[in-house]
Formats: sequence, structure tokens, C-alpha cells
Amino acid sequence: MGGVERRGLPSPFQRSHLTQGPHCVLGNSSLAVRRWLALFKGSGRSCSGDRSQRRGEAGRGGEDRWQERSARALGPRGRPGPRTPASRGRRAPGGGAWLLNQPARPPPAGGEAPTPRPPAALRTRAGAGGRPARSPADPPAMEHIRTPKVENVRLVDRISSKKAALGTLYLTATHVIFVENAPDTRKETWILHSQISTIEKQATTATGCPLLIRCKNFQLLQLIIPQERDCHDVYISLIRLARPVKYEELYCFSFNPKLDKEEREQGWMLIDLSEEYKRMGLPDDYWQLSDVNRDYRVCDSYPTELYVPKSATAHIIVGSSKFRSRRRFPALSYYYKDNHASICRSSQPLSGFSARCLEDEQMLQAIRKANPGSDFIYVVDTRPKLNAMANRAAGKGYENEDNYSNIKFQFIGIENIHVMRNSLQKMLEVCELKSPSMSDFLWGLENSGWLRHIKAIMDAGIFIAKAVSEEAASVLVHCSDGWDRTAQVCSVASLLLDPHYRTLKGFMVLIEKDWISFGHKFNHRYGNLDGDPKEISPIIDQFIECVWQLTEQFPCAFEFNERFLIHIQHHIYSCQFGNFLCNSQKERQELKIQERTYSLWAHLWKNRADYVNPLFRADRSQTQGILRLPTTPCNFMYKYVNLWDLTRFWSGMYNRFEKGLQPRQSVTDYLMAVKEETQQLEEELEALEERLEKIQKVQLNRTKVKSKQSEPSKHSGFSTSDNSTANTPQDYSGNMQSFPSRSPSQGDEDSALILTQDNLKSSDPDLSANSDQESGVEDLSCRSPSGGECVPSEDSGKDRDSDEAVFLTA
Amino acid sequence: MEFAELIRTPRVDNVVLHRPFYPAVEGTLCLTGHHLILSSRQDNTEELWLLHSNIDAIDKRFVGPLGTIIIKCKDFRIIQLDIPGMEECLNIASSIETSEWRLSYVNKEFAVCPSYPPIVIVPKSIDDEALRKVATFRHGGRFPVLSYYHKKNGMVIMRSGQPLTGTNGRRCKEDEKLINATLRAGKRGYIIDTRSLTVAQQARAKGGGFEQEAHYPQWRRIHKSIERYHILQESLIKLVEACNDQTHNMDRWLSKLEASNWLTHIKEILTTACLAAQCIDREGASILIHGTEGTDSTLQVTSLAQIILEPRSRTIRGFEALIEREWLQAGHPFQQRCAQSAYCNSKQKWESPVFLLFLDCVWQILRQFPCSFEFNENFLIMLFEHAYASQFGTFLGNNESERCKLKLQQKTMSLWSWVNRPSELRKFTSPLFEANNLVIWPSVAPQSLHLWEGIFLRWNRSSKYLDEAYEEMVNIIEYNKELQAKVNILRRQLAELETEDGMQESP
Repeated sequence: MGGVERRGLPSPFQRSHLTQGPHCVLGNSSLAVRRWLALFKGSGRSCSGDRSQRRGEAGRGGEDRWQERSARALGPRGRPGPRTPASRGRRAPGGGAWLLNQPARPPPAGGEAPTPRPPAALRTRAGAGGRPARSPADPPAMEHIRTPKVENVRLVDRISSKKAALGTLYLTATHVIFVENAPDTRKETWILHSQISTIEKQATTATGCPLLIRCKNFQLLQLIIPQERDCHDVYISLIRLARPVKYEELYCFSFNPKLDKEEREQGWMLIDLSEEYKRMGLPDDYWQLSDVNRDYRVCDSYPTELYVPKSATAHIIVGSSKFRSRRRFPALSYYYKDNHASICRSSQPLSGFSARCLEDEQMLQAIRKANPGSDFIYVVDTRPKLNAMANRAAGKGYENEDNYSNIKFQFIGIENIHVMRNSLQKMLEVCELKSPSMSDFLWGLENSGWLRHIKAIMDAGIFIAKAVSEEAASVLVHCSDGWDRTAQVCSVASLLLDPHYRTLKGFMVLIEKDWISFGHKFNHRYGNLDGDPKEISPIIDQFIECVWQLTEQFPCAFEFNERFLIHIQHHIYSCQFGNFLCNSQKERQELKIQERTYSLWAHLWKNRADYVNPLFRADRSQTQGILRLPTTPCNFMYKYVNLWDLTRFWSGMYNRFEKGLQPRQSVTDYLMAVKEETQQLEEELEALEERLEKIQKVQLNRTKVKSKQSEPSKHSGFSTSDNSTANTPQDYSGNMQSFPSRSPSQGDEDSALILTQDNLKSSDPDLSANSDQESGVEDLSCRSPSGGECVPSEDSGKDRDSDEAVFLTA
Repeated sequence: MEFAELIRTPRVDNVVLHRPFYPAVEGTLCLTGHHLILSSRQDNTEELWLLHSNIDAIDKRFVGPLGTIIIKCKDFRIIQLDIPGMEECLNIASSIETSEWRLSYVNKEFAVCPSYPPIVIVPKSIDDEALRKVATFRHGGRFPVLSYYHKKNGMVIMRSGQPLTGTNGRRCKEDEKLINATLRAGKRGYIIDTRSLTVAQQARAKGGGFEQEAHYPQWRRIHKSIERYHILQESLIKLVEACNDQTHNMDRWLSKLEASNWLTHIKEILTTACLAAQCIDREGASILIHGTEGTDSTLQVTSLAQIILEPRSRTIRGFEALIEREWLQAGHPFQQRCAQSAYCNSKQKWESPVFLLFLDCVWQILRQFPCSFEFNENFLIMLFEHAYASQFGTFLGNNESERCKLKLQQKTMSLWSWVNRPSELRKFTSPLFEANNLVIWPSVAPQSLHLWEGIFLRWNRSSKYLDEAYEEMVNIIEYNKELQAKVNILRRQLAELETEDGMQESP
């Protein structure tokens, strides 16, 4: 609800839906929708009344071009309701509707200036702005849309396949949108094309042609399209739309959160790696910033700014780089200034069976010398030994301990990207099972090997963290190319060593440092552009899960919550922000990403209130106004990590769109709400004390000034929100055929009605939470089994009935 | 319950004081060196102070499960104190009795059913003679009795032992009449048999069986398969073994967890309980639940269904009452079931972690609805411990009859009297609790069911960081409450000052 919601007390569970899915920020248009919704709810106007008003405004503001487009994209104009994609478009930048809702938050400074590029999906039909007619060129994606709209499509509920929502499917340049027909809900499901992982057209049945869409954020959509031809058109269109061939087709190039140039630039400056190296205590007597990779002359997948040992001359570095896969020479990843031990990273040496390289040996020597506290360094090869040996035949391989002085060589068997890809695949198959037995599930989970891989990564991270802090030894980490397993392991180790990386900003820095700057191939791994499917692998997903496993074990050690991790995962695939584009820093620079797209970090930082872990312990004597003993966060977390505990399946991630499977009440959200209220109480307390003092003074002076009793009682506790816990029973009867249906003549309609209403009432907050801040959009993009009506009305009771019907016919 | 013992503990909560001509007062009973004090802890109600030396005579009375003491004083005053823990049954009873249900004392001497309490609730239209007949038709004499009354729609959960139909399809008119008496006109009910159809059919050979459709036309039978006895015990042994395996091999761990089948049992029990709750709340149909004896899986289902349906059973008092009613009074043979735990190899036939499975299921629901329970995980762990080994008499014996014979009420202390002391309660109260008056429907999908680490990994890892988190949670919430109180005081002050102000202004 944007600003409106902020003012009041949020109920603890209003936010809970946020955990359910990522929020895709759709730009101002969506903000406008949210605010409009908030306003709408507040004023209590009837839905239909507002609808027509809105349409009128849009019509006035519209122009020929818009009409033509909307007609093309959305069919007859008479039909749409307020929350159809069409109306989103009409409320787009600068339109009357937008201004209508302006009070919630003033427009950004440059809001009036024509925005460089509104979201493509909206641009196509967003003439609603009062600005003079311009005819923006069609975004490239438009030509791939064979059919922009299909009616009478059914969206099948994953949990009970008997439930299906009838609605209309829209294809836009950036999204697949499903709008339910149910007049009072008009629930929308938005899927970004870049999130689509696979599309499967299944055999046509009597009811229609089923289309299965699997998303990279683990959402699963099953649509049934009445006409085979339509289905084919949608299928062909999506296949193309989901696999863009040029970066320019990606959403981030059309996504526009209505920030001006300055704000965008500031956003990109939020995370500054040179600051981070300074924080580590660099440069110092042992390490220096090297410009050897200026203009990417030595290694095109490395950043230009790198820290290397002082004694490593350019000659050594270049020589070493020639002896390393893709010239990824050893460079600093993390520096532990207290004992001068460091974590360095590189790719595998091109040692083959016997080759050696003097400069490379000198390079490792230099790393050792940069740490006066230790007379050896560890070289950690994160691959299984067998893989590393196989590489020798191809002229690559691993360091021969005889050739390098004072190294301790260690294999840590983390499997390669192909194994990881298959593992995730298997695990997702388990998640997709329909009502699996406990054995099916546990067997499948084990069989996928996923948790074993997670543990291998943690093992490696712990080994390194231990070496650095306990043995004060520097560590050189590599795998094959040094951009997958190496990135995982270095970042896990850093996280275990340094509390800074467990803060919101620190975590962004960590990803920026070990993943983005060191050339993790985001484009290839996450399939942003159409490419080799064999390059795709959930490498950073695994890292994110490692962090989640740690947050489970150390609930107070992280400043961020689960939602933060989930949203980062979402945006790695969404291509809504430029951060994760391309395969290297160099490519991003060439594309001028920073000038043309927005930074996710700034977006997350702006909304940090949503991502804070309420249990995070830091010294809060300043922020809370009361003195508490500062608690020392466990600095060296690795000491206490219980690998035994890495057995939890992260349903919050992999089943995050199956709301029914998640805990119905979130402790995190509850505590966040409590803390927010606490803050308000603190403010009120202060204000009251002030007023009291004033009045007492006034009374003393016998002056009669009436002070207004203004503050309404704010707290009704959190109890109301508890209603959101209500849910509907699942299909507990299993496949039992004998479960009979109730005959209508039994005369218990009354009680049934009561039950119905009771439950309806109870589920309201959950549903209305749709229009909560950020989620107005987000919730639309995820299916909720209980229906996502934004304005519940008595009629919704029908929904309940149908729910019961499911049970009866089970 | 031995009240003299009880009073030796410094205080008892929720004692109800009855005096002639005065409304009953509920409060806390305290014993000091010289006084017996009853304080309602409400602002304006008087406190009762009674000098010990004033007491002339004390009558102890057991009206079935209800404990009452009548104190006769030297000044001729007579007061009556009802002591908590046991009155739950009657509370429900008295509210229901008028309509369709009545209390029956047919089992006063434990003669009709040795594993039932002296008082049970049965349909009003069925007399004690009929009950005696029905008892002969039900396993262990466990005739159908009321377990739960759903106030919202008047539907009920009943439980019993299996009908003794045998191979020749014996029937019992009184039995049919009894359970039909619980149905409203034209309505149907469900019989949930916690055994699979095959097992139930096999039971006929041993004289047991299930209700035939022909004889119970108004009832639909549903078979669910909940395992019993040694199968559960072996499951527990395997699980604990897996948890103690220190090799830390990820793969083996998951397959061991799977092989133990523990979570499968959890899923099965929870699913059945949800189904029962669904029948009551969504279908508006009454149900009868039984397995073979009606002392194990039956009780798991009836008690879990109440957790789902009845908000009060999610409070500490309510949960205590639930255990008292549905486990102790209902005759779950704790002595037999909990004689040994996971490490003993003697594998006796009767040992079975039935109660632990129930607690685990409650934990699963609590995990999904962390704000809907007044108690926390520690409360469940404490109950588990006391069920297996306890310095209190509560969980001793196999049923009420045995406990009576052992004179446990005279010889031992009640667990509840200790637990309900404020200092103990504090440990068991969840800071997150917000009364939730709704039915809560847990998810039974495998993704939603977890290993109860608080029990099974308790000794294998440090809980330091989880404890820290809990502490932090308490701090956050308490600080909030503190502030709220302060703000309220200031508001009141301010309001007073302002009205004063106004008063001065008006004349």
C-alpha cells in the first residue's frame, strides 16, 4: 500500500506474503496501481464505480496510437477492469491516475522529465501520459508475439488439480500475464519472460491443450488453452520470448523505476569495491592495487582493479596468467588484516603432466611472503581429485607440490556444474510430485544429492576459514576456471570469517566482489540470453542456500532475513536490474550497463526495512534509546557451524509458490511488526512526555491553553492480524473414493454458511495483503491457492463453497 | 489429587472459591505460615484470608475427576475450593448436559470398563443399563463416549474400542442406538477406523471387527492406517540411532531418516486428525473414532483434532486439560507404552512411543502456526520427559482405575501443580502467542513436516544460538509491552490533566 500502509500499524502478517515471492518492481505504473489500490480501499468506493472513472480518464488522456495498440494487444476496449494489464498501462507515467495518487509520496525529482524508457510492456500501449504524442518504436520482442491474448484459459491449481481458475492470458513484450475472470478478484499472475525456464506443450485433451511453464524462480504454471492453435501460438511465442538473443531485449533495458539520472548513478555507487578493500585494510605493507589488468589486458574475465602481493611484479603476474586457464592469475579475494592471512583465487594451472612455470611459482611464493605469519600456503583445489586429474590430460590440472615451495595442496570434492544442474533438476522433480509420500520425498531428496553438494561447499568454506583464522595461513583457491566453485567457496569462507558480510550491505558487497567482479558467468549460468543449455547451472543458488542454512543455525547473526535471499535469487534471473547481466565486468562495461539500467542493490537498500532480520543482534544502544550490553556476534562462525544441521530442505525457496506448504504464521514478520510498533511507541512516548511537560508548565502559569487530544489509540495489538492464519483444509482424504458427498437436503445450510463466512473473514488479511507495499505487484505474480482478491466481498463465499466441493468430490 | 500435598506447594492457580450467597471467585491459592489466602488477582475483588487455626475440619471430596475441598471453619463458615486440573471434564459436561448429553456414573467402580474414568459423557437418551450392554460389545468395554463437542455447530467426536462383531457379524442394538443418538435428524456421521480395511477385517478372526454398513446405515466408515505398537517402537529406535550416527554422512542420514519411517507416521496421524477435524468443521458431521482398543491411535486422532479445532486446547491450561482428558482419563496405558524408550533392546510388546508421536504432531502444527499456541516447544519436551520418567504421579499407571488403586493422589504430587507455578509457567509460555480463535489447518505435505530437532538432536548439538534467538525474541516483545504500558500511563495522565484543564476553564 505504499505510503498509506506505512503510516498505520502494519499487522504482523500482512507482510508474510512477501516471503512467498519476489517482488518484481514494475516501475511507477505498478506503484501507481498500488497506491491507487490503497486509496481505493481507504475510500471504500465501489470497485465498479472507480473502474469506469478510471476508464474515462484513461480515455481522455489516450491518443490514437494508444487506442490502436490497446486494441491490438488487448482486444475490445469495453471489457477490461481496473486491474487488467491494460489499465496498468493507462495509469502509466504521468497520467491522470498517477497524479491522483500522488499524495502518497512525492514524485522523484526528475519525475516530470520524459523518462528515457518506460517498461516495454507498458510502453507499447501507454499513451496515457498527458505528454505529446510520440510514437516509440516497438520493442523488439513485440514481433515475436503471435497472439497477444487468449481467452478462456484455465490456470490449474497445483495442489488440488480439480481447482482451476478461468481467465485471460496476455502476452506482452516482457511478461506473460494471466488475469482471472472472477469479477470480484481479477487476480493477476505476472511472469517475466526471463524467468521462464521451460515450456512444455502436452497432449491435447478434451478440455484443451495443456501448457506447462516452469520458472527459474521455481514457480510452476499449468495452463489449459481451449484451442490447440492458440496454444501452439503461445508456445511458439514464448519459446522465442523466453530466449532473447540480444542483451537489449532483456527487461532491464526497458525497466524504468522513474528515477532520474543522478539517482540511478547514485544507485550504482552504493556498493563500492574499492571501499571494501579499504575496509579490509588495503593497501598495506604486503598488498597493493595492481593496474596490470587495465583495459582487461591480461584477463578479460577479471576486474581491472585487483590486489596482488607487493612483491608480485607485472612480469610475474603476466607470466603466471599465461600458465593459468583463461589467464585467471592468483588475485586477492579476502584479506584478514589481523593476522595477514589472505584468501586468493585463480583458475587451474596449465600443468598437464609435467609443465611448470617459474612466474607462477613465484606468484604463489609472493602470496606466501605477503603473510609473514606463516611459512606455507594452502592451495585448495575445490574439484574432486578425479576431475582434476582428468584435466591434466588436456594440459590443465593442478599444482605439483614438488614444484612449488611450501605449499600444502588439498582437494575438496565439489562437483562440477553439470552434476549440480542435474541435482537441482532431480530435486525440483521431487518438489513437483503430486501428494508424495514421506518416503517418496525423502528418497527423492537424498537421491538428488542436493544437500550433499551444499555440505561439500560448506565443508570447503569451513576448511578455508579455519586455515585463515586458526593457522594464520593464506589460501589459494581454484577449481577449473575459478569462477564457479571458487566463487562459492571464497564467499562462504569470507562470510564465516567476517561479520561484516552478514549485514545487508556487506552481503551485497560480498556478491559484488566474489561473483560479479571476478567474472562469474551470470549470463551463461542463468541463461539470460539464449545459449548453450549445458552452461546453465544453479551455482549462485547453492551459495544462497548455504547462507540460508547458516541463518537457520545462527538466527541472530545475520542482519538480513530469508526474504532478502529469495529476492536476490529472483533478480539474478529476472534481468530487471543490470547487476547480473553478462559474463564479466568487461562485457558490462561495453554494454554501458550503468548508464542504461538500474542497480538492484539500490533498490534493495531503499526497501531494506523489509529485509531486516528482527533478531539480528548488534549493539542497539543508539538506535533503541536504551542501554544494553553489546553482544558480540560470533565472529568466527565457522567454529560453530554444525554440518549435521545442513539437512533442512528449503521449502521457503523451492516451494515458495506453494503457499500452502509454508508455515502459516511467520515469526520474522511478526517480530518485524512488533519492532515497528516499538519504534512508534518510542516516538509517541517522547511526544507524550513533551506534551505532559508543556501542560504542567502551562498549568503552572495558569494559562489556559487547550491542547488537542489528537493521537488516536494506536494499538489494538497484533491480534487482528492473526486472522490471516486462517487457511483452508487441504485434501486430507487422499485418494479415498468412498468419501461421500453431502446431500443438499440435510438442512444444515445455516451452519455451513456460518462456517463459510467465518473462514472468509479470517482469510481476508491474507488476501488484502496483496496490495501491501511492493506486493501489489508481487502477489499478483504468484498464485495463491486461496484466491487473491484485493477487495473481498461476500460473494467470495462462492470461492469457499467451491473449496468445499473439492473436498466433497475428492 | 492430594490437596494437603498441593497446599504444601506455595500456590495453586485457578482455584475456584464457592461461598454461600456470593458468586464464585476464581483465583490463586497461596499458603503462608499462618494463612490460607485466595486472591482473584482482579483489582476490586476481595481476597480471602483464612487463618489455619480457624480451620475446624476439612472435607476432601472426589466427584470423579473433580477435586474439591470443603473447609469448615470454627466460625461456622463453610467454603468450598475447587482445585484445577481435573474439572475440565465437568466444565464441558455441565454446559452440555442440559441438551443432548449427560454424565454417567455407570463406571463408578471401574466395573464396566476398567480403562475408563468413573464419569463419562454419553447421549442423554441412553441409560446406564444400555451402556452396560454396549460395553460388552466393544473392545475392553470401551463403549462410545463423548470426546469433544464442537460448540460452533454442535458436532461431536466420540471414541470407543472396536465393535466385537467377530466372524459371524454379531450386532448390538444398543450400540447402534447409542451412536445414532448422537446424530441430529436426517444427518449422517463418519466412523474413522484408524486401521486399514485389511487389518480391520483380520481383526474379526480374533473377535473384533468394524461396524457393518447394513447395521449402521447412517454412518460412513473411513479407514486410515495408523501404525501401532512395536512398529512405532522400532521406528523410534531407528530414528534415534540415525540421529546418533556421528559419521555425518549426508546421504546416509537422509536414507536413514527415511528408513525409520518416523515422519511417515507423523504424516499419517496428522492427516487422519485433519480429516476428522474437516468432517466436524467443514462437513458438519459428527464422528466416531476407534482403532482396536481405542487407547492409542484413537487418542492421537481425537486429541490432535481438538488442537486443530479448539483454540482453548492451544493454551497451556487447555492443553493440560486435553492431556488429562484425552490421555490420562481416557486410559492411554502410559505405564506400558512408556516403560522403555529408544535404547532398550528388551523389545516388549507393549512399548510404543504413541504419546511422543502425538507431541511431535503438536510440534509440527506449532511450527506452522507459531503464534497460535500459548505454550512453546519446551512445554512439549517437558511433557515427553515426564511421560517417560517423572517425580510426579500424573503419568503413572495405565488408567484411572490403576491410579486410584495405587492411591497416587494421596501419595504423589501432580505434575500440573508444579507446572502451573508462575516460575515454571514462564519457561513454557510462548512470547509470540496471540489468541487465535480460528480453526487452524496444518499442511501435511512432506515439505512441511520436519524432524523435531528439539527432541531428537537435543543432545547432539549445542542449542546455544537457538536459545539466544529465543531470548532475543522475548526481549523484543517484552520491551514492546513495557513501552506500551508506559505510553498508556502517560496518555491517562495527560487526559486527566486536560480534563482538569477543561474544568478550570469552564466555570
